[in-house]
Amino acid sequence: MSTLEIKNLHAQVLPADETAEPKPILKGVNLTVNSGETHAIMGPNGSGKSTLAYTIAGHPRYEITEGEVLLDGVNVLDMEVDERARAGLFLAMQYPTEIPGVSSSNFMRSAVSAVRGEAPKLREWVKELNGARENLQIDKSFGERSVNEGFSGGEKKRHEVLQLGLLKPKFAVMDETDSGLDVDALRIVSEGINRYQEETDGGIVLITHYKRILNYVQPDFVHVFADGRIVTTGGAELADQLEADGYDQFVR
Amino acid sequence: MTTALTNPDTNPVGNATPHNNKGDVFTSFNVEDFPVPGGRDEVWRFIALRRIRGLHNGTFAEAVEQDVRVDVPSSAPADAVTVETLQPGDARLGRAGAPADRVAAQAWTSMPSAQFVGFARNTAVTEPVVITVTGRGEGVTSFGATVIEVADGAEATVALNYRGTGTHADNVEIIVGDNARLTLIVDAQWDNDAVHLSGQIIQLGRDAVLRHNVATFGGEIVRIVPRVSFTAPGGDAEMLGVYFADDGQYFENRLLVDHSVPNCRSNVMYKGALQADPSSERTEARTCWVGDVLIRAAAHGTDTYEVNRNLLLTEGARADAIPNLEIETGEIAGAGHAATVGRFDDDQVFYLMARGIPEAEARRLIIRGFFSEVINRIPVEAIREELEQRVTTELESVHA
Repeated sequence: MSTLEIKNLHAQVLPADETAEPKPILKGVNLTVNSGETHAIMGPNGSGKSTLAYTIAGHPRYEITEGEVLLDGVNVLDMEVDERARAGLFLAMQYPTEIPGVSSSNFMRSAVSAVRGEAPKLREWVKELNGARENLQIDKSFGERSVNEGFSGGEKKRHEVLQLGLLKPKFAVMDETDSGLDVDALRIVSEGINRYQEETDGGIVLITHYKRILNYVQPDFVHVFADGRIVTTGGAELADQLEADGYDQFVR
Repeated sequence: MTTALTNPDTNPVGNATPHNNKGDVFTSFNVEDFPVPGGRDEVWRFIALRRIRGLHNGTFAEAVEQDVRVDVPSSAPADAVTVETLQPGDARLGRAGAPADRVAAQAWTSMPSAQFVGFARNTAVTEPVVITVTGRGEGVTSFGATVIEVADGAEATVALNYRGTGTHADNVEIIVGDNARLTLIVDAQWDNDAVHLSGQIIQLGRDAVLRHNVATFGGEIVRIVPRVSFTAPGGDAEMLGVYFADDGQYFENRLLVDHSVPNCRSNVMYKGALQADPSSERTEARTCWVGDVLIRAAAHGTDTYEVNRNLLLTEGARADAIPNLEIETGEIAGAGHAATVGRFDDDQVFYLMARGIPEAEARRLIIRGFFSEVINRIPVEAIREELEQRVTTELESVHA
């Protein structure tokens, strides 16, 4: 059983223009996620949901000004980006980066080797990769294509969930994995997320703008995120209420 | 007013002749027709003239012949390959064209001998013929020429390797006949105190196919100037290049592709990485790429594209990228150019690290990926592997 504790997290974003002031985005986020739990985070645009995801992962453009993120008692904010991943964190990105010239198969093998501490034996690896790929209806040719290059939106998201299934993190932060997906793709991606959780008892933080995915990936908790912090927490029915009434009543 | 330039008695300055485009620049086999260049001349403004050991102004050390060796694979059909040393004035020299700058003309004028490698009509030699030019060391300057002729209907692969140390200037003449095919890999893997300036004059016949690949990894100053012209429709020239410059190195790749006849195709893709060491006392890592593509009025149906991409791996390096497209007719299939000079994409590094891959390995993956687009197009596996290994070796000294 593992625990991810986000305590009083404050963070600001460093603007691209180096002469401008950093902009505070997270203003005291508190959240505890245990293994096997699914937490949905919903909120209006600009509330800081993606910032939360990137901050936990350690993106260089975000600076922590206060607070801790404890993974089984250890503050991951003191770790490098790759160390955090090896410690058991995974971020499924909203806009996965294209990396020309690096084949997807080469990349997957390098990532899995890094996280598992050793390269998997080739034959078993090929079986494992093909199985995971087929479950997500990813074409065999993806292996030779460069990472995310020329991938459609749906392909990129399925590729993120493929990584989720192979890297088997303790905690997965999924940043708007449902955005841009049609109904079929949404179903396939959701099955992949559920399969990961069944196999590993992983904890999931599901950042989403729309309620749709929550019909497939059942949340234990729904948090409303506004102005850089969680303002309300409820059960799954809170998502229905948000869909009906919008965010206004929770946001001043 | 009579000036030095216009008074015919004092200065027969042929190369000040005005030209309308980059394809019509003055050319001559005689070095005396070119004035000594100064730093303002367009063709000379990037290279450090004071460091090319007098190649441009006649003050070079004693002229000697080039040290060249040709290895023909045993699998070549009998009589397919002719290898011969030529004396200056031989009829086989200078057919593709004359030098366009003073150093190339100097090499022409001063070379004691030249090398000829010919492929007979309608033969196919599948394994590479390897031409190795070795530097002659300190205290001398080697001048030479190499003629590679692929006769009508023939197919050949040639590896032109430059090794060792010294000061070397040469002309490489490449003639690809009608319906013939040449794959040429030029590998400048000099020791890091060599100076090499090379002019290449390339002529393609009807439906001729040229796959031209240049790898520039070694040397102190290396400048390679391929000038391609088409003599009949249907020609297809692909010019690929990779380079990796460290402190103390200057690499210049300056190309001309002159479309003067219809329905020819050209594709130029050069990729380079530069890394500097701030604590080093040597001159900063520098590269220069110039891509002149000319589409003359008669060249209907031309299909051409050129791209140069540079990756600055550290502070303190400088890459210049200058594409030039001169287009004199709109009736073409396509023409385009792109040039970039950039640093590492932080988002790419972050993405890989966020999957557990350590930073140094992430950078290596990205850089190998950067070069792979070019290296994967070189059709000789052994050379591909060699170049990939060189990139890896260079990266092992990257300061992450």
